[in-house]
Amino acid sequence: MKRRHIITGLATAGALAFASYAMAQTKSAASKSAPATSATQTVRIAYIDPQSGPFAGVGANLLKHFQFSADLVNAQQLAGPGVKFEMAAFDNKASPQETLTALKQVIDQGIRYVVQGQGSGAALALIDAIDKHNERNPNQAIVFLNYAAVDPDLTNSKCSFWHFRFDANTDMKMEALTAYIKDRSEVKNVFLINQNYSHGHQVSRVAKELLARKRPDVKVVGDDLHPLGQVRDFAPYIAKMKAANADTVITGNWGPDLALLVRAAREAGLNANFYTYYAGVIGTPTAVGPAGENRMHMISYWHPNITGYPGEQIYLDFKKRFNEEFYTVATYTSLTLLADAMKRTGSTDPLRVAYAMEGAKLTSMHGDIEMRASDHQLLQPLWLSSWTKVGGANKHDIEKTGFTWATAVAYPTYVATQPTSCNMKRPARS
Amino acid sequence: MEALVSQALYGISYGLLLFMLAAGLTLIFSMMGVLNFAHASFYMLGAYVAYQISSWLGFWPALVLAPLALFFLGAAVERWGLRRVHKWGHLPELLFTFGLSYIIVELVQVIWGRAAVAYRVPPELDGPVRWLQRYDITFPEYRMFMMAVAVAILIALWLILTRTRIGLVIQAALTHPHQVEALGHNVPRVFMLVFGGGCALAGLAGVVGGNAFVTEPAMASTVGAIVFVVIVVGGMGSLAGAFIASLAIGLLESFGKVSDWSVAKLATSIGLVVDAGTPGYDVLKLTLSQVAPVLPYLVLVLILIVRPKGLLGTRED
Repeated sequence: MKRRHIITGLATAGALAFASYAMAQTKSAASKSAPATSATQTVRIAYIDPQSGPFAGVGANLLKHFQFSADLVNAQQLAGPGVKFEMAAFDNKASPQETLTALKQVIDQGIRYVVQGQGSGAALALIDAIDKHNERNPNQAIVFLNYAAVDPDLTNSKCSFWHFRFDANTDMKMEALTAYIKDRSEVKNVFLINQNYSHGHQVSRVAKELLARKRPDVKVVGDDLHPLGQVRDFAPYIAKMKAANADTVITGNWGPDLALLVRAAREAGLNANFYTYYAGVIGTPTAVGPAGENRMHMISYWHPNITGYPGEQIYLDFKKRFNEEFYTVATYTSLTLLADAMKRTGSTDPLRVAYAMEGAKLTSMHGDIEMRASDHQLLQPLWLSSWTKVGGANKHDIEKTGFTWATAVAYPTYVATQPTSCNMKRPARS
Repeated sequence: MEALVSQALYGISYGLLLFMLAAGLTLIFSMMGVLNFAHASFYMLGAYVAYQISSWLGFWPALVLAPLALFFLGAAVERWGLRRVHKWGHLPELLFTFGLSYIIVELVQVIWGRAAVAYRVPPELDGPVRWLQRYDITFPEYRMFMMAVAVAILIALWLILTRTRIGLVIQAALTHPHQVEALGHNVPRVFMLVFGGGCALAGLAGVVGGNAFVTEPAMASTVGAIVFVVIVVGGMGSLAGAFIASLAIGLLESFGKVSDWSVAKLATSIGLVVDAGTPGYDVLKLTLSQVAPVLPYLVLVLILIVRPKGLLGTRED
């Protein structure tokens, strides 16, 4: 009797586990075709990003960003009367191959708008597949809103009419970052550590290039690449940094790859300044903690303590609803720009909307933005901020650490703007 | 010099953690002939159970209770799962553990979610080792603790196997199970204890490894493959071999990860000209750190070619 119990128990558990998979599948399939009536029209937007694996935490947090932004668009009717945004999540496990599998599902379900951002590898796979798909199926074209993949190639050699980037790319961020480092005399020995895929390679390349130009006296004492999302123990890298006498670490790492790096640095007592892109991403501020005071720096298009734009209220509302940080403002920017284009054209047709987004200008949470028509790279201001104790104007406590980001320098849009080599092929206007 | 020492310490501490895992796996294999594919899943389960217990009672109770829970779970899996499959031979047993590993991963995701959980190092051990700082080496106290636990386990295991009655029975049952049974010993029960014990060891490794690294659903698969490398390289069924192989793989990880050496650099240093024009430069310029993730598997393949029974293995088949 007992024996049967346990086996049934195990079987039930197993069945439950698989059922949850199946449910997730059918759920997304069931809500497939919302009828396109003139009164209300639901625009489904596919979120193709990791929801399992090492980056699952970041993926879940950013999905909330999007759902929150979509709710804002719907509540304020930003996409025009009766047009509703609805997010549909697809797990790409942070892998380019899985991304393409997910895209197939997206196409099968008739979804025409895709957002993706976590990983330039996946973005490069998407841009390529979407280009081909749209060429073969011009009547079912798909628009790709890239909110965080920052490989410069995506708006240069690999640029596509169907791709729009809402984050500042690596060249732009490094331009601003090195503009700051240029005047920091304490920077002598720089150690570069990055993830071994297109994004990490680009950060390493452009950092060396710009440092050589702006601070030829600075020595690059290390330039390491590590496997993406695989390293659980960064201690050996930190030991190497210490041995190399690094006083400054520059990294494009994100998610656990940055949180674990920072944690290992703290445990080993590494006394260096960190210049990062993504120290604001969920989980990393907690890992930084008090040890990072005045030593952790971030180049980003937003942090909660900037003023003068409507960002603060949205940040607070999000925090109230989810008890998490609203960091990736590009989620909001991308959906509002998309909504605006739909409202202006009075259409949800991908081709017309894509043309309407070219050159569009808007005020987002952090300032005035422009979607540059020539390469579909968003132009926006950037901030160099440092990790400081909460106080005064820097009032927003990040992840209950008692610390927050304080602006060191605010860079107006033109500082980081880069020329593009994009030679865009545009489809005929319908 | 300081870098070398701390690099070595990190390697050894990781190696010792691997040993805790490999010890159970190799013991189960040598005793029951079962290659337990779910072993790394028990490691993960240990970390999650410890996380749960530590959120209620703190880390120290978790250190004892989690392996205990894993022991009973492992024993139950043997008693009501493996033993029934046993009569059909080794392949069904292997498939059973294989399936089990998937079920455990799914269960963990259902209960604790797909993202990492905040399983933290206890505050008492969250700091650098003081006496090492005098030599300019900053090494986390928790890593030291991890090493101490592993060494204690190593000694305890050795004492149990060689000095106790049950240890003698286990050793005898390794080679002559039928004879041992004929002498009146309950061999199935010994199997159950060994399987449970192996799972408890894996669980303990999870308890101390989960917060030193990351407690997440992927932790089983990241360590699972490496543990198999360890027991194959060390020699299936050999505890001493597993120990040596664990340390070797740990050090290889630690030093390999950060080494800038490449074939191109080596060639340049002995006076050869290697540059972008040299045929195969893209391969030659790969640094050791870039190929580090494959190194353990390279060792595995080499060992299988040169010495198929492993470093200290005795089986020829």
